[in-house]
Amino acid sequence: MQPANRTSESTPASGEKAAAQAQRRQGMLLASPGALYLLIFFVAPLALISVYSFATRTSTGRTSLSGWNVESYRAIGDDVIVGIIGRSAWLATLTTALCLAVGYPFAYYLATRPRHVRAILLVLVMIPFWTNGLVRVFAIRFLLGSNGPASALSENLGFGTFRILFTPTAVTIGMVYSFLTFMVLPLYVSLERMDWSLTEAARDLYASGSKAFWKVTLPLTKSGIVAGSVLVFVPSFGSYVVPDILGGAKTLLIGSYIARQFRDARNYPLGAALSVLLIVAMLVAVALNQRSGSGAEGGDRPRRRRRGRARAEPEPAAVS
Amino acid sequence: MSSTTRTRAARPRGRRARLMMLGGIVGIASLLAAACGDDDAEEPAAAPETTQAPAPAEEAAPAEEPAPAEEAPAEEAAPAGPAAHCAAGQTDGDLTFYNWAEYIDDELLAAFEAETGINVDYTTYESNEEMLTKVESGAAIYDLVVPSDYMVDTMRREGLLLELNYDAIPNSANIDPAFTNPPFDPEHRYHVAYQWGTTGIGMTYEVLELLGGESTWAVLFDPDTAALVPGSISMLDDAPETVSAALKYLGYSIEDVINSRNEDAIQEAGDLLRATNERLLKYDSVTFGDDLVNGEVDVAHGWSGGFALSIDEADAYETHVYTIPAEGGVRWVDTMAIPHNADNVCSAHAMINFLTDAENGATLTNWTFYGSPNAAATPFIDSAILEDPGIYPPPEVDARLEFIPHAGDMALLIQDQLTNAKS
Repeated sequence: MQPANRTSESTPASGEKAAAQAQRRQGMLLASPGALYLLIFFVAPLALISVYSFATRTSTGRTSLSGWNVESYRAIGDDVIVGIIGRSAWLATLTTALCLAVGYPFAYYLATRPRHVRAILLVLVMIPFWTNGLVRVFAIRFLLGSNGPASALSENLGFGTFRILFTPTAVTIGMVYSFLTFMVLPLYVSLERMDWSLTEAARDLYASGSKAFWKVTLPLTKSGIVAGSVLVFVPSFGSYVVPDILGGAKTLLIGSYIARQFRDARNYPLGAALSVLLIVAMLVAVALNQRSGSGAEGGDRPRRRRRGRARAEPEPAAVS
Repeated sequence: MSSTTRTRAARPRGRRARLMMLGGIVGIASLLAAACGDDDAEEPAAAPETTQAPAPAEEAAPAEEPAPAEEAPAEEAAPAGPAAHCAAGQTDGDLTFYNWAEYIDDELLAAFEAETGINVDYTTYESNEEMLTKVESGAAIYDLVVPSDYMVDTMRREGLLLELNYDAIPNSANIDPAFTNPPFDPEHRYHVAYQWGTTGIGMTYEVLELLGGESTWAVLFDPDTAALVPGSISMLDDAPETVSAALKYLGYSIEDVINSRNEDAIQEAGDLLRATNERLLKYDSVTFGDDLVNGEVDVAHGWSGGFALSIDEADAYETHVYTIPAEGGVRWVDTMAIPHNADNVCSAHAMINFLTDAENGATLTNWTFYGSPNAAATPFIDSAILEDPGIYPPPEVDARLEFIPHAGDMALLIQDQLTNAKS
C-alpha cells in the first residue's frame, strides 16, 4: 500500500496504475487458498461427475470409462424417474411456500424489534444450526412417533394414537423445520435494511396498514423473498435425509434415488447424470435469482433516489 | 455381562445398511476422493486402464517389494498366484484389516498381535458397497476384508480378490463342509467363512398366535393375513432382500430364479412389492429391531442379528420373537477374503488361520452372537447361543434357507423393483 501511495504522489497516472496492480496482486494472493480449495474440492469433483455421467455401466456394475454415450441422460426420460423428479419438485415447492408463509411474519417480527432484542432473537434463530441436522431430524422423529409426546397428548385428549410419522405430512413438517432458517435470514436482512419511513409515508398518505404492507413493504423485500426461496427450494429439491427418516423411505425422491444409484445399484453413470441435472437446475434457479435480485435492487435505487429528492423537496416547500 | 456382550453383538447385520444416508454419502465421497487422487494421471491416457485392467497394474506394486514375493512363487511353481508362497503362520508385515463395525472381540486382535508380533491396523465399514468402492478404487490398500456372500461373487468376478493358499490356512479344515462349497464361490478359492445369519420376520407373540403359531411371508404380502396384524408392518429398505422375500412367498426358489434368469418371476415379485407398499408403515434397515420392541411396528422384516440385539436390550424375550417363515428365508455368510492389491498377503493368511482356530472361532461367536461356520468351535460356544433357534435354526428350518445369489446383469432389474414399488 505505502509504496503505491508514494508513487501516486510523484506521477499520479502511473501511480494509480501501480496501486491498482498491487491491489490486484494482493487480492489474488488473498483469494488463492480459497480458489485452490474450490478447484480441488468443488470444480474437480464436478468435472468428474460430468465425465461419469457419459460413461457406461457394465453388466457387473463397474463403470467403464470408454464408449461415451448419453444413455444415462436418455434414461432420465423414463416414466418412473420423471415421476420421482415431479414428486421432488412438488415437495420442494410446498416446502418453500410453507417456509415463506411461516418465515415472513417471523422475520417481520424480528426486524421490528429494538436492536438489542433483535440480537438475542437472531442468536436464538441460529442456535439450532449449532447442532447436527441429522440429530435434529431424529429428534423430530421422536416427537412425532407413536411413543412420543405428541401422541401422548393426543391420547390424553381422547383423540387416540397420533399417526403422523412416516407420512408425507411428517416429511413436510421436517422439511419446513430444516430449511426455515434459510428463509428467515435473507428476509430478515431485507426487512431490516428497508427504509421504514416509506411505510410511514404510505400511512401518512392514508394507506391502510395492509395496503402499506402489500404496496410498499412487500415489493421492497422482494429480493429477500427470492433469495430465501432459492435457498430453501434448492436444498429441499435434493433433500435426502429428511424424507428417508421421517417418510419411512416409502416414497422415493430424487435425492434418495441418486444415493441409491451410487450405493446399491452401482449405476454411477445414471447417478452422475441425475446429479448433473440437479446442478443445472440449481444454476438456473440461482441465475434467475440473480436477475430478479439485481432487478429488484435496480428498482430500489431509483426509488431511493426519488425518495431523497422527495425528502429534499418538501423542505423548501415548507420554508416557502 | 451377557447384556454388554450382546450390545456389541448382532450389530454388523443391523448395520449392514445402517445409516443408509451416511453410507451413501461416504460412498460418493470416497468415490470422489479416489477419483480426485488420480485425477492428474487419469484424465489424459490412463482412464480406460483404471476400469479395465486394474489388477495387473496394482499387482505390480507388491512385486517391487524385495525377496519373498519374487522368489517363492518361482521356486514352488505354484499356480495359485502370489499367495502361494506363504507358510502357515508366516507373516510379512503389519496387517491392515478392514471389517464390519463391531464385528470382532478386540481381545482376539490383541492375541493375534501377541502371537505373531505384528501390528493389526483395524478399520471398519458399514456396508459391502462401501468396502467395495474403496478396494475397487485403490483409495486405500487392505490386506483382509470381510465381504458378504454376494459381494464375494461380485469381487471375484471383477478380479478384486486374491486366490487363497489353503496350505497357509491349515485351520480351514475346521470350517463346516456346509460352508465350503457355496454358490457364490463354488470352488471355494477366494474366501473363508467368518460368521453367518439369516433374514426373516420379527414379530410379537400375539401376531404369531394369530398366524396359528407358524410364521409366514403372507403376513407381509397377503392382504387378508396382513389385516390380522393389529399394529404396523415394516420391511427392509433393500432391493435384493425385499425381492427375495416376495419370491419366497410366491413359492419360487431365489437361486433358481436368478440362475435361470427368470425375469418374469422378478417382475412378479416387483408387482407384489408394489401392492404391498401401501400397507407398510415404512422401509427400514436401521432400526427395525428397536421399532419392533418399542411397539412402533408389530411385524418387521429384518436380519436375525438386529432382532437378537433389540430383543436382548429391551429384555423382550417374553413378547417378541424372530422367526424364519415356513416358506423359507434368506441365509447370508460374511467371509474373510484378501483383496487383489493387498500388501501383506502372508499376514492376511495368518489372520484367517488364527480366526478359524476352534477356540478363537468360538470367541468370535460368543462376542458377536452370530452363527459360527466353524464346526470345531462348537464345543467352545456358549450353550445359550447354540440353543437359540434364531441364531442356530433347527435342521428342518435350515433346509428352507437360501442364499441370494450374485445377480450379475439382473442386479439393476432387482433394484428397479423396489424403486417401482415406491413410485
